[in-house]
Amino acid sequence: MNVHPGTAKPVEDPMLPLTYEVVGIKKELPDTVTLDLRAPNGMPFEFEPGQFNMLYAFGVGEIPISISGDTSDPMQLVHTIRVVGKVSQAFAKLKEGDSIGVRGPYGVGWPVNNIKGSDVVIVGGGLGLAPLRPAIYSVLANRGQFGNVVILYGARTPNDLLFEEQLHEWRGRFDLHLDVIVDRAEAGWPGRVGVVTQLIDHAVFDPEETAALVCGPEIMMRYAVQALADRGVDTKNVYVSMERNMHCALGFCGHCQFGGTFVCRDGPVFAYDTISELFTTREA
Amino acid sequence: MVDQRDMASIIGEVDFFDGLPADTLELLAGCAKNVRFNAGDYIYREGQAADTFYIIRHGSVAVQLHVPGRRPLVIESLTTNEVLGWSWIVAPYRWSFDAQCVTLVRALAFDATCLRGKMETDCAVGYEMLRRFVTVMSQRLRGTRIRLADMYAPTVNAAD
Ligand SMILES: Cc1cc2nc3c(=O)[nH]c(=O)nc-3n(C[C@H](O)[C@H](O)[C@H](O)COP(=O)(O)OP(=O)(O)OC[C@H]3O[C@@H](n4cnc5c(N)ncnc54)[C@H](O)[C@@H]3O)c2cc1C
Repeated sequence: MNVHPGTAKPVEDPMLPLTYEVVGIKKELPDTVTLDLRAPNGMPFEFEPGQFNMLYAFGVGEIPISISGDTSDPMQLVHTIRVVGKVSQAFAKLKEGDSIGVRGPYGVGWPVNNIKGSDVVIVGGGLGLAPLRPAIYSVLANRGQFGNVVILYGARTPNDLLFEEQLHEWRGRFDLHLDVIVDRAEAGWPGRVGVVTQLIDHAVFDPEETAALVCGPEIMMRYAVQALADRGVDTKNVYVSMERNMHCALGFCGHCQFGGTFVCRDGPVFAYDTISELFTTREA
Repeated sequence: MVDQRDMASIIGEVDFFDGLPADTLELLAGCAKNVRFNAGDYIYREGQAADTFYIIRHGSVAVQLHVPGRRPLVIESLTTNEVLGWSWIVAPYRWSFDAQCVTLVRALAFDATCLRGKMETDCAVGYEMLRRFVTVMSQRLRGTRIRLADMYAPTVNAAD
């Protein structure tokens, strides 16, 4: 018999979702919602920052979604979903009290425990801040065990900033540095306009003692890793989350396979060095 | 009032001029002065003669594209230690955009005619200045090109 990893509850089949109830919905952006889920029997859900679940919209389909909540609050399972197609659309239409299927958590997440003692540079782009949020919570909960903590966040426009209230809250702290930049803005926006790599050029950290966690569109990650390397950060200390499409989440079906690596089983978080060729492979 | 020697040492602390020999810093100091602008002030406007360039020492400047019938579009924002303006180095020496202060701005302002003269008579100074400006221009061009990919664009709009 298998054990359902998130709940430590034995389940017959790892492909079988458990039913969770939607207990909270927050519309983050016009196309993005955050769902708070609770197991009907009140079971806690244990996970590591950067892991994901397969979420099942009954009668529509199943998709991988990163957990965007706090590992220290296992009673609340939180996911942030952007609408791109029919399954994500179905999640955006849910109401409190509705049910969805959940199986997970899956994958290898951010190595928060292994980078203690380092400066931490967290680089997020767009929705990429969602999978990074559990790592940020975890670093801040253990703030004394890290050197400088820098959060750099890029988005399309000022209206596309995810978790805006939290960005303000983090920015107000004296023990971290947070900078935000947008691709475009109208006059009156008091923040920065440009690419997120510009923030890396100016951020304060010791490159030789830095671990970086990077998540966002692949183009952004590619240039962010380059900018970190240009500053002197060893790319084996740079971790990226590869959110390429997948199906079974268990390393069976090969949907997310490249070479001998399965994104679902061996990732989604990888040390950049181990998958750098994937970033530079060109479409035929 | 800052004398020329003080100005040379101020300039020497700016990253952009890092590694320049003392005599070049003195030369640059001869073309430089401290300036201050209030939030909302325009440092320059599109079409005006580009007769100055700036190193921002404090504050933030929005480089804007004026669009008829709309609020100006911010193309880029620049802040402490960054260079504002390179049209002074490329003929016909006219600003291509507006530069508006987002906050109070303190900057070093360099007289472009003075500097162009020195760059032409002293090739070593000319080369050093161009080398530094080309680096800034290439970084900004790269940033602009990456943004052309519109990488954060949503795939589909959500139905409300
Ligand atoms: C490990 C992992 C974690 C993820 N975490 C999140 C998350 O936290 N929040 C979130 O909103 N999304 C996340 N995604 C992406 C999410 O799984 C897809 O958006 C979803 O599968 C789309 O399903 P759909 O039926 O709504 O759209 P579909 O109809 O399947 O696709 C609609 C469009 O989106 C494109 N698309 C689908 N999946 C992806 C993808 N993975 N990458 C790029 N383009 C894609 C398709 O090519 C198509 O153009 C994650 C993906 C992975 C692999």
